[in-house]
Amino acid sequence: MTTKAQTETASAVPSDSGEPRYQVFELPEHTVEIVSDSGEGAQKCGQILGAVTAKMGNGVWTVEIIPAEIEPPPRSPAGGSGNRVRIGSEPVTNWGDETQLMVAFNEQVLLGRHRLNALADDATILLENIWADHPDETIKSAWEEAQREFEQTNYRIIEVPMQEQCLTVVEDPRRGKNMFVLGMLAWIYDRDLDLCRDQIAHAFRKKSEEIYNRNVELLELGYGWAEENLDFRISIPAQPTTEPMVVMNGNEAVALGAIAAGMELAAMYPITPATSASHELGDVFEKFGGVVHQAEDEIAAAGVAIGASYAGKVAYTITSGPGLALKTEFLGLAVMIEMPLVVVDVQRGGPATGLPTKVEQSDLLAAIFGQPGDAPHVVVAPATIEECFHVMVTARRIAETFRTVVIVLSDANLATGVQPYRRPELDPAWVAAPPDLSPVPEGLKPYDWDAKTGLSRRLVPGQPDGMHTVTGLAHDESSRVAYSSAVHQRSSTMRSRKIAVLQSTLKPPKVYGDDSGELLVVGWGSTKGAIEEAVDRLRDEGMSVSSLHLSFLSPLEPGLTEIFSRFGKVMTVEINYSDDVDAPYINEENRRRGQLAWLLRAQTLFDIDCWTRVLGEPLRPRAIADAIRQRIETVEGDGA
Amino acid sequence: MTIPVNSLLQCALDDERVFERADYEGPVARWCAGCGDHSVLAAAQRLLADEQFLPETTVFVSGIGCSSRFPHYLKTYGFHGLHGRALPVATGIKLHRPDLDVFVVMGDGDCTSIGAGHWVHATRYNMDMVALMLDNNIYGLTKNQTSPTTPQGYPSNTQPRGSWLPALNPIEATLGITNASFVAQTAEWIPPHLFATIKAAYHHEGFAFVRILQRCPKYTAPLFEEGLKNPDSIELLVHEDGIVVEGLDSVYKNQVRHDPSDIHAARRLAEFDGHTRLGVFFRDESRPRYEETRYLPAITAEEKVSRLSEELDLHAV
Repeated sequence: MTTKAQTETASAVPSDSGEPRYQVFELPEHTVEIVSDSGEGAQKCGQILGAVTAKMGNGVWTVEIIPAEIEPPPRSPAGGSGNRVRIGSEPVTNWGDETQLMVAFNEQVLLGRHRLNALADDATILLENIWADHPDETIKSAWEEAQREFEQTNYRIIEVPMQEQCLTVVEDPRRGKNMFVLGMLAWIYDRDLDLCRDQIAHAFRKKSEEIYNRNVELLELGYGWAEENLDFRISIPAQPTTEPMVVMNGNEAVALGAIAAGMELAAMYPITPATSASHELGDVFEKFGGVVHQAEDEIAAAGVAIGASYAGKVAYTITSGPGLALKTEFLGLAVMIEMPLVVVDVQRGGPATGLPTKVEQSDLLAAIFGQPGDAPHVVVAPATIEECFHVMVTARRIAETFRTVVIVLSDANLATGVQPYRRPELDPAWVAAPPDLSPVPEGLKPYDWDAKTGLSRRLVPGQPDGMHTVTGLAHDESSRVAYSSAVHQRSSTMRSRKIAVLQSTLKPPKVYGDDSGELLVVGWGSTKGAIEEAVDRLRDEGMSVSSLHLSFLSPLEPGLTEIFSRFGKVMTVEINYSDDVDAPYINEENRRRGQLAWLLRAQTLFDIDCWTRVLGEPLRPRAIADAIRQRIETVEGDGA
Repeated sequence: MTIPVNSLLQCALDDERVFERADYEGPVARWCAGCGDHSVLAAAQRLLADEQFLPETTVFVSGIGCSSRFPHYLKTYGFHGLHGRALPVATGIKLHRPDLDVFVVMGDGDCTSIGAGHWVHATRYNMDMVALMLDNNIYGLTKNQTSPTTPQGYPSNTQPRGSWLPALNPIEATLGITNASFVAQTAEWIPPHLFATIKAAYHHEGFAFVRILQRCPKYTAPLFEEGLKNPDSIELLVHEDGIVVEGLDSVYKNQVRHDPSDIHAARRLAEFDGHTRLGVFFRDESRPRYEETRYLPAITAEEKVSRLSEELDLHAV
């Protein structure tokens, strides 16, 4: 690369010539990132920009950039906190590729993002300039050192006097820059200032009017400053829809979905990134007769949910990987006593504490097979924020109908990603009915398994003549402890059969792209948007690639072998670990594959390949496309 | 605050059925001959009949261990769950259905070892339920392993040269937990005392923790010999606000008048000092109960949908 980063000091561009002082770039989409030290409010700035953008009818996907600590040391590369907003003309289904416009409150958080390859090589950067001439020599030299690192890139760095400007309005610039930056971005992206003011009012609704006024003043200051000093604007035409839409993140969608499903008890223990779902719910649940129970530990949270389900209404517990591990024994119990239960696992990087704030899809096999003993149950994965809402309704209903555990695999990408979606048309029929406390007909047993389906009717305390003791010991139809092995064989069959019955009610998944071709990419969960975008790009290049996205992982959706047989090669794309084929010691026999690949190979006997990464971030469409392209070239190379 | 009588409870009040003790008896218990669990089961069945519990609104929740087979031998609803985890299940039941009468049956391993965290927190939640801890000072079902309440020096299969550490004192520990509201100790070989204690526990509004000293004829018989043969080794705590059992005076001459509202006296009496004390150590019905503080009236499906619609308005684009 010949060009090097250019640093400019923004200054008013003369407009005497009559030429527009700025250039407008009309683009189908653009990605902007705002990063600050923790506590400086870059996240709030990004959230408001995202909400305003959604309200203007643009497609949008926002992702939080979260350090693992609450308040890491200031000006540290790993301590950056903020938000990444991808804005499009069309609906945006994923976080996209590299960031094109970056606003950084100091050069160290910018360095952190730079080192993670978050930025496009030709990204434009609006950087706070206060540090360049800082009296503290350490800071000044850190700034200079960072500049040398940036020189290796083609970034266009524009220094912005954020603090100097903000100090004209506020005393503590740490409290004002985010709204100033919002104003700059509102000018750059031509956002409606009234909508910005509305969103500021909403974001600070619990604060005083004085704070609102000051924030609006900062917003206008930033807008005006950008207008005076910047030489580019980005226009991303909106395509407003007439359909009513709502905008929220995946955890909020899970919480509201649980309400829509009529669940009245959420038992949880604090764990990242699952907990914010309980924040949302804790705020509103009581209006719906619901209780968020913060249990003493993850195990108790599962126990309380199971106890509540037993007492009548399906409850849910929400957690992340380490919590799922702790709940394992209780999940086995719920399967054994056929107690409906919904478990939401917002996956993060693992094993152990792993990457608490970052995305991964590594809990799939643990969710399906993690319980010792044979414990057949249901595992589903929402692929979009909209699905995070609706999956709760479906999960509750399946749990109840099939008297089983339903694990919902969300992840950190969905949990914190914000996206507009069609407003759900709520239906009272989604809401769980109050428990049936009518007397139990004579002769009806607690596990009156239908010999063909394994289904049976659940009896609830309060129902006269239904008294029995549920037990985790092997038991017969009457819930009597089994002392003969034949009973265990039969009851195991009945519990397993239900899963096959559920599968018989599912439709085969739809292929995205052509129904047959050279390569089929299979995914699950939050990667759907990125995979399909990659497939679109490759198809535009003339490649014969399609994709398939699975919502049900246990049972798998029907018809997979038939679909796979129509493609030359099948591979999964996942955010979990797999050995690369060409790595030392790795061969076909010992290669550890992506978790879905493993599952599909076992279930379909197809030789399924995979491409997976555990970078602690969502997959980028470009990276997926590159990987697929390489696979296709390898296949073609082999053939030549 | 009192929880409004719901329709279910109303129907119970109108109930004209009369239940005999046999109506609560399940299949014949499979515990060893001479096991103290039999006495506790008999006392529970007597209480159920005495108080005319509705079998369908009574739930016995247990963990895993010899004593946790308890619910199987009753004709009420029962939940025989996981080792150490009876209390969270009971918490969920009571939180969701405060109208149900909930009894928890645990062993010493269940309560004071693998489930010790739940014991602390269930005590603090102070939900209206009876927790019976059947303490035979040993792991019985898994065949003779040291439990936290095994006396120091007493041998087992896992600590054959005797338990290494002093035994944990469950009464002292429970009394140390904030918001504890009822703490009592009884012995299954004194049936009138056992019955009176369980009855008082049931009538207590809040979490009633009862440690029941319970013989294991197989593994810990020597530990209970003294108490069994020598009534003078036992001291009864008596008070009109605790329990007073008629007819024990001639045998159990050591009696201490203890006002169960006095937490400091209770803690002193709970210390190990060579006396086995039976009775109510502490009782305070004024403590907040979790299920009451969290109680919410039922809301119809239509009302939920309409309120959720308002909630979605806040997220509308």
